[in-house]
Amino acid sequence: MRKQLTKGNEAIVKSAILAGCRTFYGYPITPASEIAEAAALYMPQAGGVFLQAESEVAAINMLYGAAAAGVRCMTASSGPGISLMQEGISYLAGAELPCVIADIMRGGPGLGNIAPEQGDYHQVVKGGGHGNYRTIVLAPDSVQEMAGLTALAFDLADEYRNPVVVLADGYIGQMMEPVEFPPASAPRPAPGWAVQGTAEARRNLITSIYLEPDGLEAHVRKLDAKYRQAEEREVRAEAWRTEDAEIVLVGYGIVARVLKAVVEQARACGLAVGLLRPITLYPFPSGELQRLSRRARMFLVVELSNGQLWEDVRLAVEGRTPVELYTRVGGNVPSAEEVLAVLWGKARPLAEREELVHG
Amino acid sequence: MASYTVAYEKSKSFFEAYERKAELQHQTHYCPGCGHGIVHKLIANAIDELGIQDRTILITPVGCSVFAYYYFDTGNIQSAHGRAAAVATAVKRARPDSIVLSYQGDGDLAAIGSAEILHAANRGEGITVIFINNAIYGMTGGQVAPTTLLGQKTTTTPFGRSEWNEGYPLKVAELLASLEAPVYIERVGLGNNKQIMQAGRAVRRAIENQVRGLGFSLVEVLSPCPTIWKLDPVDAQRRVREEMPKTFPLGVFRDRTKEAAARPRPPAPPPIAEIPRILSVANGLPRTKAESQRSTIQVDLRVKIAGFGGQGVLMLGEVLAEAGLDAGLEVSWLPSYGPEMRSGTSNCHVRLASRPIDSPLVSRPNALLALNEPSLDKFLTSVEAGGWVLYNGAALPDGCARADVHTISENFTQLADELGDSRAGNMVMLGALLEATGMLSGDSIRTALERLVKSQRWLEIDRQALGRGREVARRGGFHAS
Repeated sequence: MRKQLTKGNEAIVKSAILAGCRTFYGYPITPASEIAEAAALYMPQAGGVFLQAESEVAAINMLYGAAAAGVRCMTASSGPGISLMQEGISYLAGAELPCVIADIMRGGPGLGNIAPEQGDYHQVVKGGGHGNYRTIVLAPDSVQEMAGLTALAFDLADEYRNPVVVLADGYIGQMMEPVEFPPASAPRPAPGWAVQGTAEARRNLITSIYLEPDGLEAHVRKLDAKYRQAEEREVRAEAWRTEDAEIVLVGYGIVARVLKAVVEQARACGLAVGLLRPITLYPFPSGELQRLSRRARMFLVVELSNGQLWEDVRLAVEGRTPVELYTRVGGNVPSAEEVLAVLWGKARPLAEREELVHG
Repeated sequence: MASYTVAYEKSKSFFEAYERKAELQHQTHYCPGCGHGIVHKLIANAIDELGIQDRTILITPVGCSVFAYYYFDTGNIQSAHGRAAAVATAVKRARPDSIVLSYQGDGDLAAIGSAEILHAANRGEGITVIFINNAIYGMTGGQVAPTTLLGQKTTTTPFGRSEWNEGYPLKVAELLASLEAPVYIERVGLGNNKQIMQAGRAVRRAIENQVRGLGFSLVEVLSPCPTIWKLDPVDAQRRVREEMPKTFPLGVFRDRTKEAAARPRPPAPPPIAEIPRILSVANGLPRTKAESQRSTIQVDLRVKIAGFGGQGVLMLGEVLAEAGLDAGLEVSWLPSYGPEMRSGTSNCHVRLASRPIDSPLVSRPNALLALNEPSLDKFLTSVEAGGWVLYNGAALPDGCARADVHTISENFTQLADELGDSRAGNMVMLGALLEATGMLSGDSIRTALERLVKSQRWLEIDRQALGRGREVARRGGFHAS
């Protein structure tokens, strides 16, 4: 099949429709607006629904209704809009409703700016709403993955009956790369639990209220069991030249692309450097990091946020190996040369220590 | 045993026993004298009479009626505080044949959910809203509502509601009747049996409108809350009958049920086989010739293109990336975005490579296309030794020269102007780059242009511009092959 030059944000919508999604509710925000615009263009032509809601709060609750009625549905936003959606995401998780949310991150906090950042990591990966729930989080680093992981997001949402977030940054959303799209799938039939306004589905009930403590505890345990299952089955990560790596870079999204260039340049300078790129941020590839920590002498986390990813890497590595951090925020993305310089700075003391030990 | 006939019984749309309740499954959780039970009965009767039990989906957000699903043997969706109208919107659009009832209290609909109800009404969603106005927050224990009467004491207006602090009671029926789209809006009361009979007719009508496929219908019900009002049920009902209508007059505020046209049904969806065409996704297309004959020459072009907004910076990059793709190369295109698109400077990063592209960010370009002087100033030092610098000016400004790069300085914008449109300056520059570097075939460039430029006139201008650029490069002694 032919590859087509496609913008990241547009790839999300095309992939969603090819995956049988026919429902999009959203609210515009830079740098995610092209997603709503593409949905407005394509959804009606594909026989679907597009509506620009009165707010992100309304949009996420429209997803609640659409998902309850048993159709595949999605929305897209960025930092401030995702903050507004958090209550609704908690309700969706509580009521076990599948949906896909794309977050094309911008700079924060507050109004921040519209340049690429990764500051939504905590509010998305940890679940920014109230209560004991998680969202499955997929982090594409290319336009091809914007398409592929969106399709995967729908499947995971259905399988786990849980919201799934495609977490990208402004650059991945705005850039163009060649994409090969899969064939079109028909919208799947409504699941048996959906409230559809039919005789068969009449007794179905969608709710997140459990008045009795024992009832709610059992429900939370049930959700928890799903998350444990996802942690066992759904972890995805790309290990890039890590076989012999003594220094492992860790980063996702646009940062991982820069880090691949760093790996090449560092290896040209004689450093045994590799990259671990989490593709699922929840469930987090802790096992893979633990495995790498047996050989690696240092991890360097690079992120466009203030150490949010770093926390998870340190939790995974459990103090066995030093985990260094380099961040840029505010919309700045480090160049490969810049990271390489940082890497040299951190690798040298390491090498000197080694000499002391062995010398 | 005496024989008897049943003259009046529980509506069929209610469950026989309320098994979803933890205890006391033969009775509701509502207080004696509460209006919810009455309105539930009116709704259940209407569902029975209209024969729509299987089709009905009841949406109940936070409030005392959050447990309506204990009682109604219909589809049920419990939703977040205030968001019932948004939820109902999507349910109805997903299942147009269902009958969607949004059952909301005054805190839910008129305070926290005021945006959602206003916009659902304004869109004329084909749903039915039953709005229980008891002028108080019941479930949370008696706080002020948007509909609380002036002077009324609540736990959060212990000295009585003041127009200066809480404002005036919100008149939802009147407010929504100022919109164009709603089909039917009536305010009724539960003040006595006569009022309750009228309320029953209004509820039935609001639901029947939906069965007929008409748009938005809402019934506001003035309803007693004896427990929180600290009145006995008789006095509470008297208050509904005698006091509340002074602020909330009963009556029909909108009735277009006769003349309203049915909301259009969604058109039949296209066949799945049509979807790739609709999305312009080239599934199943044969590979182009160029793609199947990958070049054996190692290419690693890292281009930074920069200029003012409107100079075609992004478009230049796009043509280059499309042509690279056509030539079977790996490509990436990354723009500066946002307010910069509207004014000021604009730049983009383009990579064309034989090998998979690691970073799409170009920090060490081997070709800089500077369409203005600030861009040259900003990026010249970043250009790799041996790389190319194309500058849109007759000569490099003083102090800008670099001996270790190839430079083509030319007033590209002016050359384009001579061809008929100064906006084609980007293509003149691209032509010069292609000629000087010898990369990409004329075929690939033509294919790219045909994909991206829809106007025949512009296609012609761009072709001429590319040719002019090639001449410039040749004349300057830059010719790769």
